[in-house]
Amino acid sequence: MIEVKRTPLYEEHVKLGGKIVEFGGFEMPVQYKGIIEEHNTVREQAGLFDVSHMGEFEIKGKDAKKFIQKLITNDVEKIEPGRIIYSPMCYENGGTVDDLLIYCFNWEHFWLVVNASNTEKDWGWVQEQKTDEDVELANISGNIAQLALQGPKAQEILQSLTSLDLGEIKYYRFQEGQVAGCQSVVSRTGYTGEDGFEIYINANEVVLLWKEILTKGQSLGIAPIGLGARDTLRFEAGLPLYGHELGSEITPLEAGLGMFVDLKSDNDFIGKSALLKQKKEGLIRKKIGLEMLERGIPREGYLVYKDEQEIGYVTSGSFCPSLGKNLANALIKIDQAQIGNSLAVSIRNRPCQAVIVKTPFYKREV
Amino acid sequence: MYPENLKYTKEHEWVDLETKKIGITQYAQEALGDVVFVELPEVGTILEVGDSIGVVESVKAVSDIYAPVSGKVIAVNEELLDSPELINQDTYGKGWILQMEITEGEEDLLDAKGYQKIVEEE
Repeated sequence: MIEVKRTPLYEEHVKLGGKIVEFGGFEMPVQYKGIIEEHNTVREQAGLFDVSHMGEFEIKGKDAKKFIQKLITNDVEKIEPGRIIYSPMCYENGGTVDDLLIYCFNWEHFWLVVNASNTEKDWGWVQEQKTDEDVELANISGNIAQLALQGPKAQEILQSLTSLDLGEIKYYRFQEGQVAGCQSVVSRTGYTGEDGFEIYINANEVVLLWKEILTKGQSLGIAPIGLGARDTLRFEAGLPLYGHELGSEITPLEAGLGMFVDLKSDNDFIGKSALLKQKKEGLIRKKIGLEMLERGIPREGYLVYKDEQEIGYVTSGSFCPSLGKNLANALIKIDQAQIGNSLAVSIRNRPCQAVIVKTPFYKREV
Repeated sequence: MYPENLKYTKEHEWVDLETKKIGITQYAQEALGDVVFVELPEVGTILEVGDSIGVVESVKAVSDIYAPVSGKVIAVNEELLDSPELINQDTYGKGWILQMEITEGEEDLLDAKGYQKIVEEE
């Protein structure tokens, strides 16, 4: 039996009335008060997420940058100290191992932040790829806790707890400093479509930080947010989730992540030749957004049809609280993937009309 | 904690033998969370105990509803089509799902105590 893990905040989640489910090998809160209420809190005020289940790997050494370039599809030249890049990581055949964030502390010190459900697999994969590079690898997932503070009030709340000038931290950048007296890494990143921060901290200090943020944020309407709303928020904002829009059988090009795949420069990375070939020969299928025109909620795995011909399947689908619509991501044959095309999603063996719409479904007003 | 005037099934449905209305229990609506979609049977449908009569979906889950008794559907709660959240807000009142003319199966329903026991075992 696989041991189910808990983050240091488990007891806090229970105290706050969190409904606990298993996700990515961890017992995590799926909701506290209700998914829709929590979703709206993040869009309108601010929400605090325990994302300590995410994995972190530390890569140090003279060849750190070179080694990371071998692993990821994005161009590592885009990164510099204090910056973060997002990237898929691929197998030799172009299928996706995971999608991750790369934090550059200095040219010989990086973090890879990976999905909880993939941490063990990724750790094995990263270690296997090391050949003669001068790098030291460490899986520090157990020592590091992570909170995400997201929403229009996030900066105001966090600023009251730190001497870091948060206005200085631009999108996809980070700084190190004290938050509530605890040494932290603070980045302007997130998985909700809202402005906000992710805060990395020693696992043994996270309970204190969690409580401080909730207390300081109270007057601004902060609430703890579970994984249920995390999923509806990321889905509306068009952010992919591994195991849904990405997987070992889905390439980043098929998932619509071509802008994070560097096929132009001379950089070599694992999977490059397969992805170059796929691009040259043309994609066969592609991820698109669907809006239901008939009543019904499209769910993961439901089949998609055009004129009674099966052309693909739903990768994620949900009622979208901010939009009041039933929407889906689907991976379908590319010759049917144009915006405006009407398709059908089979819901309990009944074809329900849908239309291809632009993604992301939700974009915040800046 | 479960209303004494109602009868129940193991599948977490309630039946009001006076009004012949049927819905899902407090336990079921709490387990589901925010209800965002309801699929209802057609009025006039003849049902046997255990037939699937509709679907209640929350943000995360899809849950079938089964006929707790045999009989004919004589009304459905069309308000739920636009306001499925009534199931969360008032599950034994405005959140009723359908009304049946009952022909059989009443005697197999559980009373509040019997249902409470089942919930405690889950």
